[in-house]
Amino acid sequence: MALKLYDYTLSGSCYKVRLLLGFLELTYTREQVDFYPGRRHKSLDFLAINPLGQLPVLEDGDLRLRDAQAILCHLANKYDKTGKWLPRDPATFGTVMMWLMFAGGEIMAASAARLHDLLGYDLDIAAARNSAHAAFRILDDHLALREIAGAQWIAGDHPTVADVACYPYVALAGDGGIGHEDYPALRNWLRVFRTIPHFDPMSGIPEFA
Amino acid sequence: MTVTTDAVALGEWVACGWPGKVPVGGHWDTVILGQQVRATRTAADSYEVFTLDRTGTPGRQLPVQSRYCCIFTTLSEPKRPLPEISEFAEPDRRLVNSGCVGVNTSPYRLIENFLDMAHFPFVHTDILGAEEQTEVASYKVEHRKEVDEIWATDCQFFQPAASKAATGGQMTKYVYRIMSPFSIMLYKTVHGDPGRNDAICLFIQPRDETDCLAYMPMALVDAVSTTESMIDFQQTIFLQDRVILENQRPALMPLDLTAEIPTKADVGSVTFRRWLKQSGIWFGTSEKAAA
Repeated sequence: MALKLYDYTLSGSCYKVRLLLGFLELTYTREQVDFYPGRRHKSLDFLAINPLGQLPVLEDGDLRLRDAQAILCHLANKYDKTGKWLPRDPATFGTVMMWLMFAGGEIMAASAARLHDLLGYDLDIAAARNSAHAAFRILDDHLALREIAGAQWIAGDHPTVADVACYPYVALAGDGGIGHEDYPALRNWLRVFRTIPHFDPMSGIPEFA
Repeated sequence: MTVTTDAVALGEWVACGWPGKVPVGGHWDTVILGQQVRATRTAADSYEVFTLDRTGTPGRQLPVQSRYCCIFTTLSEPKRPLPEISEFAEPDRRLVNSGCVGVNTSPYRLIENFLDMAHFPFVHTDILGAEEQTEVASYKVEHRKEVDEIWATDCQFFQPAASKAATGGQMTKYVYRIMSPFSIMLYKTVHGDPGRNDAICLFIQPRDETDCLAYMPMALVDAVSTTESMIDFQQTIFLQDRVILENQRPALMPLDLTAEIPTKADVGSVTFRRWLKQSGIWFGTSEKAAA
């Protein structure tokens, strides 16, 4: 087994993969891609690796995967012998998938706002922030109901790939001018996430949520 | 957004992009001190900058210099030249352009943070500082009147991982140099070659009083690290600072020295604020009511 991650440290999507690699205590090599200012993810060399021109990409032996959510599922499916990170039981699997898709979809508005504020991406910042707030409202409501039910994770009684996928761009939202003030359940979840063994913080994530 | 009327701020060179930002023939629009400008790459190493009016029509042409991995321009008659930074001309130096990063605060908050060693253990934990070694040893600060720059010398700090080249902790020696209200640099011990210094700059493009772009070009002695990893190191550090900077209040810099309570480690900052106040600048400060 040789795992290689095409990585950019400041990418929240790459951070999703680095987090799970850490939680699963997997060793891997990093190929750093000069996303900014070099835009090497759009270079011909990199488009041969991922025609979408996006990070991250994971190579696992002969297998090459793009899309952070797909990579999380692959890692959990292949390397997590406990089965907890990607639960197969019918009561949890669907919920985990639903929030995993939410992480790759609606929550990415927070990533767009961050790219605008941080790296000067030309986009409608008000629309991006509004969409991110709408997504955070939905996740906060879900987590509030989970709290009432005595639970603290997105699905089940332990963290799953859904938590890992949702965490980075929620935690990094401040980088894009999106505060957590209106989302108490989200803040509680951000705090408990940091207690997962082998959690590693990232630049831009406030020390005290 | 309107262009500032602060004559002191208008008379400074400010960064507005970097060489190679666009292909030859391309241009980018940006803002300096509230003024819309358009920079055009007219040839491989040639750039032109014009002001733009509200309709996007080009107005007057501005002076341009391409140095230190940045494109500089100015809206008025500059009262000082760009600083001389000889390290960028040394043949074995690796010149690293990390692009620019947006930060919503006063330009002087950025300068002051760059000048500050006391935050290393807490903001850059296990990289530029360690939580068990927080002491800022006494250092010297002087206003060099002949060049109108502020220098902080004899600075040192224990650093677990001082640079991409570092393989262990070291006592790093620093010299800081404030070259204008919008530019600062430091010289720090090269890992493995204490006789030389890495030169690391921070040039600020103030788009408005609390809306800045920060450029961090470096001239490093490091034959080993990849360019990607050197950019990565600098951006990782800077984004740790950014979250702190954007939460500092007030965002505008208070120049009244009684507004905040400094400690001995802040003598550099105190000197900087006093120097700003004496210059008469008010752009980006909370002193406007008095101006």
